[in-house]
Amino acid sequence: MLSSAIIVFREVLEAALIVTILMAATRGLPGRGFWIGGGLAAGLAGAVLVALFAGAINGAFEGVGQEVLNAAVLLTAVGMLAWHNIWMSRHARELVGHLKSIGTRITEGSLPLYFIAVTSGLAVLREGSEVVLFMYGVAASGSSGSAMLAGCVLGVVSGVVVGALLYRGLLRIPTRWLFRVTGWLILLLAAGLAASAAGYLSQAGLLPSQAPLWNSSSLLSESSLVGQLLHILVGYQARPTAIQLGFYLVTLLCIAAGMKVGARQETVRAS
Amino acid sequence: MKQMLFAVLVSAALPVFAAEVPEFTITLENHSFSPAELHIPANQQVKLLIQNRDITPEEFEGDELGVEKIIPGNSDATVLVGPFAPGEYGFIGEFHAESANGRLIAE
Repeated sequence: MLSSAIIVFREVLEAALIVTILMAATRGLPGRGFWIGGGLAAGLAGAVLVALFAGAINGAFEGVGQEVLNAAVLLTAVGMLAWHNIWMSRHARELVGHLKSIGTRITEGSLPLYFIAVTSGLAVLREGSEVVLFMYGVAASGSSGSAMLAGCVLGVVSGVVVGALLYRGLLRIPTRWLFRVTGWLILLLAAGLAASAAGYLSQAGLLPSQAPLWNSSSLLSESSLVGQLLHILVGYQARPTAIQLGFYLVTLLCIAAGMKVGARQETVRAS
Repeated sequence: MKQMLFAVLVSAALPVFAAEVPEFTITLENHSFSPAELHIPANQQVKLLIQNRDITPEEFEGDELGVEKIIPGNSDATVLVGPFAPGEYGFIGEFHAESANGRLIAE
């Protein structure tokens, strides 16, 4: 039971952390609950579909369909997160003002919220399909099924609890710092997802494969809890290749540059 | 200039794809791998054909291999791994890690 709880917890944790950071980053935006909820529901439905068609997906693109799908999902999420951060850098001040004075409404500009739905949906889609397949396997193998299903439930619940704790923690950040902190979190998150996407493309043979630049798994293994948290939050990899590091840095620099330009535009508009 | 750069990049990348990739088969049955220890050439990419003979899906995963792949029940999957420096690299079937584990020995 415990081993199945741990497997499910690890999968749920990643999706929960991404959704949590998105929720904190969109605090004060009207209608975000609807869009995030919609994204989660669509992501769950998609996860079941991916699990059902796992065999067909595996066989697509000469046997590397799964890697291609994973890379596409990750890169789409990176694009959405980049867009979010650049938009926020232009509107952070209005939002902070909005949070400080309860009752006022944001009058100028509205963030196209469907992208939050897409990002949270994609996070659930990728991790959720693995949970669904695992649980199907548990159900198919019979005998100790009920104990393992209890483990699955325990895993889902604890993953969501960790997400909720992080959310509470993020909300303790003073309002004027909140969007700056979530902006940095999303920047690092997006860079890490881009590096993971590069890994899947190498695994599929679409990018050349390389020996890793270094191996820090003896210092901090990615399968340890701290290693896994850092992997999700800042994109830590124990054995990164040059291509992965390149994807990481290029994503980081491009989004940071976009945020800088956005912030300058906001200053110009405000003056 | 751009075309020249492109030509250089393509010719640099081509040998990687053109090289013969040795292939190895690992079979998963009753949630355990055979062979559980596989000798592979070091410093070279290799292709692993993993045959899942169980009815349940499995996730083939190796932190040190940089691989994570779902294999549905009763089906095959191929993954490209390496190049590895000489040494041992563990892998597991994550859904049944107690019995489904093995290692690649690069030499």
